[in-house]
Amino acid sequence: VSEPLRLAVPGGSLFGETLDLLDRIGVDSAPLRSDSRSLMFPGEEVTVVTMRPSDVPTYVEAGAVDLGITGKDVLMEQQERVVYELLDLGYGRCRMVVATRAGNPFADDLERRLGAIRIATKYPRVAARYFDQSGRQAEVIEVKGSVELAPLSGLADGIVDLTATGRTLEENDLEVREVIADCTARLVANRVAHKMRHEAIERIVERIGNGAR
Amino acid sequence: MNYPIPTGTRDILPDEMRELRQLSSVLLQTFQRFGYGEVSTPTMEYEDVLVQGDERAAGASYRLFDEHGQVLALRSDMTIPIARLAATRFAGVEPPFRFCYLSHAYRAVRPQRGQQREFLQAGIELIGADAPEGTVEVLEVLTAALDAGGLPRARVGLGDAGMFTGLLRGMGVAPAGSKAVLEALARHDLVELERLVAGLDVASQRRETLVALPQLRGGPEVIERAVEIGGEDVRAAISRLGEVADRLSERGIADRVIFDLGLVRDLGYYTGAIFEVYDPALGHVIGGGGRYDGLLARFGHAYPACGFALYVERMHVAQAEEDRLRAEGGR
Repeated sequence: VSEPLRLAVPGGSLFGETLDLLDRIGVDSAPLRSDSRSLMFPGEEVTVVTMRPSDVPTYVEAGAVDLGITGKDVLMEQQERVVYELLDLGYGRCRMVVATRAGNPFADDLERRLGAIRIATKYPRVAARYFDQSGRQAEVIEVKGSVELAPLSGLADGIVDLTATGRTLEENDLEVREVIADCTARLVANRVAHKMRHEAIERIVERIGNGAR
Repeated sequence: MNYPIPTGTRDILPDEMRELRQLSSVLLQTFQRFGYGEVSTPTMEYEDVLVQGDERAAGASYRLFDEHGQVLALRSDMTIPIARLAATRFAGVEPPFRFCYLSHAYRAVRPQRGQQREFLQAGIELIGADAPEGTVEVLEVLTAALDAGGLPRARVGLGDAGMFTGLLRGMGVAPAGSKAVLEALARHDLVELERLVAGLDVASQRRETLVALPQLRGGPEVIERAVEIGGEDVRAAISRLGEVADRLSERGIADRVIFDLGLVRDLGYYTGAIFEVYDPALGHVIGGGGRYDGLLARFGHAYPACGFALYVERMHVAQAEEDRLRAEGGR
């Protein structure tokens, strides 16, 4: 009885390159490309499930899917999820950074005078951990939408966010102060499936490793 | 809800309770059939006695003061309490001792994760029987318990707790470097493991061993494969696993075990073989255990020991999921 492996594929910015990867490892991505309304795409070897990148660790941890692809930024923010990180897929490369208003002479001054810096972010746990580990105090403010708005409007002194080209930051008059981490797409596995379906998972991992990266 | 109960605790109503009781009794009957006598220990113990067994008191999360200002801790598993029981109540008695239990244990939960603060464990401790015979006996009871509990598809992941520590020490890796590598391994973050190993000052052949070894899992063939990859560096740990593998085949339960060289458990007292229990119907581990040959010595008796605990509520969920899958005719 060899049921297909279930693989979670992230929507959003990683979607296109993930579909290219599927093609390279022999999983037909045509149905995903042509049908944007379905969520599950059954296959003989692999059944693909599409979802938000930030939901991938949840589904993988619970075993609702066996494997998943998501960004390292998501895994960093959901560090408590028990998922096995198997491969760095190499694409979706970007950096998790601390940015403040460009040429802002007051940022350091504020941190010195007020003892803490106000940071707006969609990654509150990454931000809190980073400032904590570097021995500094930060007031972390979680926002859901465009985080660039926070320093412009005075909600925060700086932001912690993901940047690929730095263009959005530039357009909003923000500059990178510190790099927290380099992020790429990762292949993660459910802890039980990693053992119980080890042959099927190893086949996929090998195929990705053999030049598909 | 006007009268809440603490998050991570549950009320159990008659329909569920009847099934849980049924499952618990078949597990206990199985343990007793193999000669394991049921014991019970206090829910709370003196913290300094638990710490005697493990610096982190086996991860105990709840502490309180008694009326004399002594610190009490709610047990987080049964292994240390039973080690204490064996060392005190059976001092002067010739081992081996065979104990089983059905007990609640307590651990902290992370918010909003559906984890249980209070959970029911059923398990055994075999004290005074060395590897590999003792390990194989415990695995035999474990597979029998899984069958009796209606989970014939369940499998036991079997690894060796000492393998990587020994491997890193043998390669002359400094303690700080070792610690980071072991932590990445415990999280099973293979990307981070590869990055850390690339920075170690060891021969490239050995770097490859450190990355390839934890990915090996499967039938007894992985034992040969591990020697091909790791050579002399892994021979001691691998021969320990090999001895267990041979005896499991003799008893006809080798196919219930997945050899897993990447298996690392985070409890401090494990020494040799370590287990995790999986059922294909459930994404979570339903039990675990292993050898703790150093633990009894901490209570004054240098007995080798081995045991496991099954999470009864999770086994019950797995039973229900298995029933559902059968009804649906496969996933």
